[in-house]
Amino acid sequence: MVSVVYEAPNSIDEAVRLLKESEIPARVLAGGTDLIIQNNSTEDQSRLIVDVKKIDGMLEAKFSKDGLELGPSMCCAELTARGDIKQIFPGLVEAAYLIGSTQVQGRASIGGNLCNASPAADTIPSLIANKAVCIISGSDGERNIAVEDFVTGVGTNCLRVGELVKLIKVPMPSERSSDAYLRFIPRTEMDIAVAGAAVSLALDDDDVCVSARVAIGAVAPTALLVESAAACLIGTKLDVVALKNAARAASESSSPISDRRGTAEYRRHIVGVLVKRAAKIAMQRAQGEKV
Amino acid sequence: MTKAHVTTSVNGDPYEFLCEPGETLLTVLRDDLQLTGTKEGCGSGDCGACSVMLNGRLVCSCLVLGVEAEGADVQTVEGIGNKDSLHVIQEKFLEHAALQCGICTPGLIVSVKALLEENPNPTEEEARYYLAGNLCRCTGYDKIIRAVLDAAQTMKEESAI
Ligand code: FES
Ligand code: FES
Repeated sequence: MVSVVYEAPNSIDEAVRLLKESEIPARVLAGGTDLIIQNNSTEDQSRLIVDVKKIDGMLEAKFSKDGLELGPSMCCAELTARGDIKQIFPGLVEAAYLIGSTQVQGRASIGGNLCNASPAADTIPSLIANKAVCIISGSDGERNIAVEDFVTGVGTNCLRVGELVKLIKVPMPSERSSDAYLRFIPRTEMDIAVAGAAVSLALDDDDVCVSARVAIGAVAPTALLVESAAACLIGTKLDVVALKNAARAASESSSPISDRRGTAEYRRHIVGVLVKRAAKIAMQRAQGEKV
Repeated sequence: MTKAHVTTSVNGDPYEFLCEPGETLLTVLRDDLQLTGTKEGCGSGDCGACSVMLNGRLVCSCLVLGVEAEGADVQTVEGIGNKDSLHVIQEKFLEHAALQCGICTPGLIVSVKALLEENPNPTEEEARYYLAGNLCRCTGYDKIIRAVLDAAQTMKEESAI
């Protein structure tokens, strides 16, 4: 087991300083559901663990007039119990609800899911579909990065030494809009996505889709924003042809691998099906139905 | 390596301990505090045998660092019922023979208590989903679920009196 130096700073500045000045590899601890397991298998001799949960705002979520300001370390159990968030971002909440077990959701956080950067992370496609932005703090101040640009590869992200995600902002959707996330797993619970798809869209008063974002997960090294799939939905009433085109666009932009969860061919197909279904659910929700 | 000094509360009793900062709460509970009711099945968050309540939330103690218990309120299976008067959930597990080897049982008792506090009237499906992170190699789950639903019913009747 790696030998750990543990710090739990009270401020972002202190966390940034600790991360920046550390002479040993440093990692941020949020819920720990990935990190603590990695501690047991790391090659590092020693590690600095910076627990950010004592920093103001890290465990909170609130709405401002611009949208949701999500503390990156808030645990999924707390998030999924928040009716106000579920009402506006049902897809994001359903993605959080799919992570691990009740126990894991008692610790796992959206910020952790994002920074851990697994290709199969459930919340990343939902964040992308909802145009979420990471507010990153470092010694040179703050910078903002769209979630689709945050993850750079399998298990890697764009954070530089000494930086951490301070806040995740999700802009307020317009009237008559909603989102949905679906993933496929061979079991009913406690599994990792074979493929996942998130759709967020807005309708006009005639039910014509006026804007849409489609993101897919577990079918490429990182979750992908698929603009070509969204383009197939915009300007339509999500008729059979539009949905079929969106599905094809999503399948075509995927580049999955074959592993024990499914073959590349299967994943490419299934991700299109998920896009189709998630788009329909998002549309029904935007129309005010409870689905 | 310097050990960390941690002050915490377990089942309402104050505790102080020294631990390696990388040690999990599970290791601390079992090896340092001698509270061996909490079990280790996998050590990776998959089996739920190590379930405890941390500040009112159900978690895997194998995925919590001991140092994170500083100032926290920890509840383990040792805080539920006692030898002379079992908790209703424990009685129902016995009545329905909801255990064989018993390694999963303490974690399940903790989780079922959390479930019934959140949702005193769960459907079978809700109970199965909530408890999906508590694996049992022996019973096939059916008897566990019967015990849970019976415990819910009994607790409801008792609180109505
Ligand atoms: S020992 Fe913690 S989940 Fe298995
Ligand atoms: S009774 Fe043996 S694992 Fe559940």
